[in-house]
Amino acid sequence: MNDPDDTRMQEMKPPVTHVGLIGWIRENLFNSALNSILTLVTLFVLGKIVPPLVRWAFIDSVWHTTGKACRQVTGACWSVVWDNVRFILFGFYPYDSQWRPLAAMLILFGLLFYSQNRKHWKKHLIYVWVLGLFVMGLLMKGGLFGLSAVESTKWSGLPLTLLLSVFGLTAAYPLGVVLALGRRSKLPTVRWLSIVYIEMIRGVPLISLLFMSAIIFPLFLPEGITINKILRAQIAIILFTAAYIAEVVRGGLQAMSRGQYEAAESMGLNYYQTMRLIILPQALKIVIPPTVSILISAFKDTSLVVIIALWDLLKTTQSVLANPEWMGFSPEAYIFVALLYFAGCFSMSGYSRKLERELSAGEKQ
Amino acid sequence: MKEKQPEKVPFWLDPRKRAIIYQIVVFCVVGLVAYYLVSNTIVNLKKQAIATGFGFLNKESSFEIGESLIPYSAADTYGRALIVGALNTLKVSFIGIVVTLVLGTIVGVARLSTNWLVSKLSGIFIEVMQDIPVLLQLFFWYAIFYESLPSPRQALSPIKGLFLCNRGIAFAVPAPHPAHTYMILAFLAACIFSYFLRRWAKSRQEKTGKYFPTFRVSIALIIGMPLVTWLIFGAPTKMDVPKLAGFNFKGGLTMSPEFAALLLGLVLYTSAFVAEVVRAGIQSVSRGQREAAMAIGLRPSLVLNLVILPQALRVIIPPLTSQMLNLTKNSSLAIAIGFPDFVSVANTCINQTGESIEGVALIMALYLLFSLSTSAFMNWYNKKAALVER
Repeated sequence: MNDPDDTRMQEMKPPVTHVGLIGWIRENLFNSALNSILTLVTLFVLGKIVPPLVRWAFIDSVWHTTGKACRQVTGACWSVVWDNVRFILFGFYPYDSQWRPLAAMLILFGLLFYSQNRKHWKKHLIYVWVLGLFVMGLLMKGGLFGLSAVESTKWSGLPLTLLLSVFGLTAAYPLGVVLALGRRSKLPTVRWLSIVYIEMIRGVPLISLLFMSAIIFPLFLPEGITINKILRAQIAIILFTAAYIAEVVRGGLQAMSRGQYEAAESMGLNYYQTMRLIILPQALKIVIPPTVSILISAFKDTSLVVIIALWDLLKTTQSVLANPEWMGFSPEAYIFVALLYFAGCFSMSGYSRKLERELSAGEKQ
Repeated sequence: MKEKQPEKVPFWLDPRKRAIIYQIVVFCVVGLVAYYLVSNTIVNLKKQAIATGFGFLNKESSFEIGESLIPYSAADTYGRALIVGALNTLKVSFIGIVVTLVLGTIVGVARLSTNWLVSKLSGIFIEVMQDIPVLLQLFFWYAIFYESLPSPRQALSPIKGLFLCNRGIAFAVPAPHPAHTYMILAFLAACIFSYFLRRWAKSRQEKTGKYFPTFRVSIALIIGMPLVTWLIFGAPTKMDVPKLAGFNFKGGLTMSPEFAALLLGLVLYTSAFVAEVVRAGIQSVSRGQREAAMAIGLRPSLVLNLVILPQALRVIIPPLTSQMLNLTKNSSLAIAIGFPDFVSVANTCINQTGESIEGVALIMALYLLFSLSTSAFMNWYNKKAALVER
């Protein structure tokens, strides 16, 4: 067994073609005939596309010029973004007070960052959020503590987009939970009303609900009462999102074993106690990752309000592009907006994946 | 002997009676809210002198529609205008779904490739496309078509017979020839024949164990029969190439920039989601299944056909249908870039007649019809594909 040859074998290094960079390339790019062809074709296509794009975006581009100067260059005109960045982000919010929506957004990001740590998921988090939302509302609306009042019709740009998605999800969540419970209820009337609501809303595009909020909703109200356009769109988004949340929560409820219900019953808990103390805390924990994906789509879907002429991020961008000075530089401006959306969605989906891993790791222990 | 009477339960503690009371309360609340909204609406409609009912469908529409699958002019009725819109919605959804399925499957399989470059690139594609709102993508592609492409006179022509310009895309198609009708007939006949061949081969294999190469024979039939028809007619190769006439292209097949942008945006956005569905479906089949199939001596093609695909498809099909439905629903965003789909036409009708309730109801009804028929299909499929457990 203890052959001297054996140790010498172990000391031999693997051939150079199997380690290091060359080994990696062989292993991952040229490990079969098909893969070699694929790699070469992909590299060829990338070589055709990437250099001109880089040239357009960085080398031939201009960053701080007027629209006229932009027309002289062949590259991208990022000036359309930098010259109008405050209008794109804040829209019609009074120029001198634009620090206020900025502060509100920073508070929101801070809150989101704080809540992403699972160690902070305690009761105080709710109070922190309520306080945060109140301060944000105060900053946006003003009228107190020496802040000048700003009409909500002037709220526009990124703050409006964030407002619609964050409030949309916050308000839709309880409604969605109620609908999910309704759909699983033993009372036929409640069950059927919930089913009809959920399936109807999920069957129609959001745009039809937004139309409804814009043109039909005023007809629903008695004379003399009008509701602000932003609020109407917000209601439509809440009603829409709630149906999707209801389906996600229902998934969580269905994943609960019968034993949980029976155990709760045998302890003499009634329906509300069973749900509040036993079922919902577990079911809602399971569905956190899909809920984050609903938040992502709610965030993306708020862009649809541009169709009913609300001044969200996309609409402010379009109005900059309608200015004759900047006409024709849409790709640059849209790429900027796309980067903002991408940053938001990418961080959320990354967080959702991380959470999924953590939660499933917790299950296994 | 006197038996002890059970204590009478008050009705609010009897679960059965309580359930009935709850339901009556819920029903009344919902009914009252509905009544309140409807009565307000009726009062408001009267005050604003807005007509109600679907009578407007028979009136003259007096607006033009940019593109239409059926003959239509401003002298036609609103009803016909709405049909034109619905057909446009169906057209973009159908083409979109077919292209999305192909692209999404390719990207999803590429994501699982052992080739590092290909896998990473498709990962980037999926992430980028999923994280940008589809409406923004539509605006972007529309801007590219409308602003960045040259006028028809300087149209880009990357391949012979394909022209890209700010009036849309024009490409060459085979010139009309009587052979085409027969080729389509031959294709359909081949499809039907393959279907029966498959059934026969399956029942024969179950009875005798003899294997018949259905897949290869069907492919040969489906490609071969139209090809033979084409050869019988003398292999007509004349192409209808688009030519510049005046300010636009004539001949060939042209796609408006609105349609092209809508299709491109929807396809790229949805195929990212389809790719994720396909990837998850393939990964859901455990390694052991493949290894077991190989261990009992199945050839790789049979491993795929008999073991991997049936299991992967069971996971893939339900989310896939909901993505197809999403594409159809997202096609309603056409209104933002001016493609005359159903929502866009209905919106024009609402603006002209003021009958907003009927208009929105029609929009909702059409999409509900789509989604209900899809879920009917899903129920049928789930029943058919459900695991038969012992």
